[in-house]
Amino acid sequence: MTNDPVPAFPPHMKRFFDAELETFRSHLILMGETAASQVRAAIKALVDSNASLADQVIAADDELDQLEIKIDEEAMRYMNLRAPVATELRLVIVGMKASHDLERVGDEATSIAKRAVRLSAEPPLKPYVDIPRMANIALEMLRDALDCFLNGDTAKALAVCRRDAEVDSINKQLYRELTSFMIEKPGTISRAIELMFISKSLERIADHATNIAEEMIYLAKGKDVRHSEEVKKNGSVA
Amino acid sequence: MNLTMNKDVQTPPSAGQPVSAPNPAASRPAAAPAPAAGPAFEVKDLNLWYGTHRAVQDVTLQIPARQVTAIIGPSGCGKSTFLRTLNRMHELTPGAYHTGTILMDGRDLYGPGTDPTVVRRRVGMVFQKSNPFPTMSVAENVLAGLRLNGVRDKALLRERLEKSLRMAALWDEVKDHLHKSGISLSGGQQQRLCIARALAVRPEILLMDEPCSALDPIATAKVEELIHEIKREYTIVIVTHNMQQAARCSDRTAFFYMGKLIEYAETQQIFMNPSNPQTEAYVSGRFG
Repeated sequence: MTNDPVPAFPPHMKRFFDAELETFRSHLILMGETAASQVRAAIKALVDSNASLADQVIAADDELDQLEIKIDEEAMRYMNLRAPVATELRLVIVGMKASHDLERVGDEATSIAKRAVRLSAEPPLKPYVDIPRMANIALEMLRDALDCFLNGDTAKALAVCRRDAEVDSINKQLYRELTSFMIEKPGTISRAIELMFISKSLERIADHATNIAEEMIYLAKGKDVRHSEEVKKNGSVA
Repeated sequence: MNLTMNKDVQTPPSAGQPVSAPNPAASRPAAAPAPAAGPAFEVKDLNLWYGTHRAVQDVTLQIPARQVTAIIGPSGCGKSTFLRTLNRMHELTPGAYHTGTILMDGRDLYGPGTDPTVVRRRVGMVFQKSNPFPTMSVAENVLAGLRLNGVRDKALLRERLEKSLRMAALWDEVKDHLHKSGISLSGGQQQRLCIARALAVRPEILLMDEPCSALDPIATAKVEELIHEIKREYTIVIVTHNMQQAARCSDRTAFFYMGKLIEYAETQQIFMNPSNPQTEAYVSGRFG
């Protein structure tokens, strides 16, 4: 390979189908924002015992489902007609996978909202502290993973992979706490189970955020960091 | 002509070497794949000038044996010129000269003891435009190189004719028309005829300069299938403007730009995650 300065390169050519990729990217960004706002609203509905807000979350899930279908269609069309390579190919593949993760985030938000409707009819089991904390971490993870998509900041995405353990740990702690509630006061069982599932949903949302972060690292660097112990422990890409 | 045997046509056998003497083209066994040893070519600091124009600049790379190496790059980037240095074809162009070294199987391709005609027998070439000998039949075209090398054994010629045409995926289409003129075939068939002609002399290396650029998708698929089939036995270097063809056919890809080698890596890396932004711009069609 030459070590000399590389020859001057002409400016990139605008291709007539570049707009298709831009649309694809913007749909993925929209999906990310919609999924995050669904989670945020579901948690607010839970904390405020606001059944009507929870119903809105449940109704809005269809929007995410439709975006996922649209992104899949656009990705398949682009691969079929434009034969993408390199970053573009990674973008299309990652876009399809990330949209699936985001659709699942939406499903978890819907599940939380349904439980919030049921819980709103009863007095709170205890003040909501850990669940909003978990939700905040999961939402921050989702935001950082999507930031990596917007500006290629892989350091943030790597941090997301490390933070997953934090959410797992709160989930386990809540599980133990809610189990004690149930043992001590059988009258709390139904509410405690709803909260356990909500906690599990948030843990899954964090998992999806981690998947998206890994996908965005692959998009930016072309390196597959899934299931890498090194990334989980040290937060670095070899 | 379409294979590099043309020098053989013009060069009489050297004194003391009878025409009937066994020659590599006739005697090379029918391709039991030898174990892949070192690289087929080791190119070091290669520069090539056409007069004052430096068409290839400081190129260093190794071309592995029994693999397909694709060379890509925009028009005028030096890829065809580079290809021609691998069998000394550029020496036929007035004013062309080179510096640097090319080793073929560890021996200097341009060393004083190296006969260009032998080089071109070992390194066959297929050109962009098919060019069968117009006055020859299909069979005569395929066997031209062998006959010029003095092969007279009819059984061997027959066997080589069929084998070469089969390898070029043309046998079934022409077996009943072997005595028809080579130029009576379709464009795609003519190109495969030229490939069969190049294969008939059993070169070790096949250079292909945009072999499919004038072919329809079916003929292109047949040539690509052929490349896939014969790469167990041959080292193939293919220049192509078709990115997908490079991605489909080759094991390694070299990207040239303005005479320089910009990136050379496994084909999957070039098309999945190139390390040079210029390569990425070119392979994704954002160049221009």
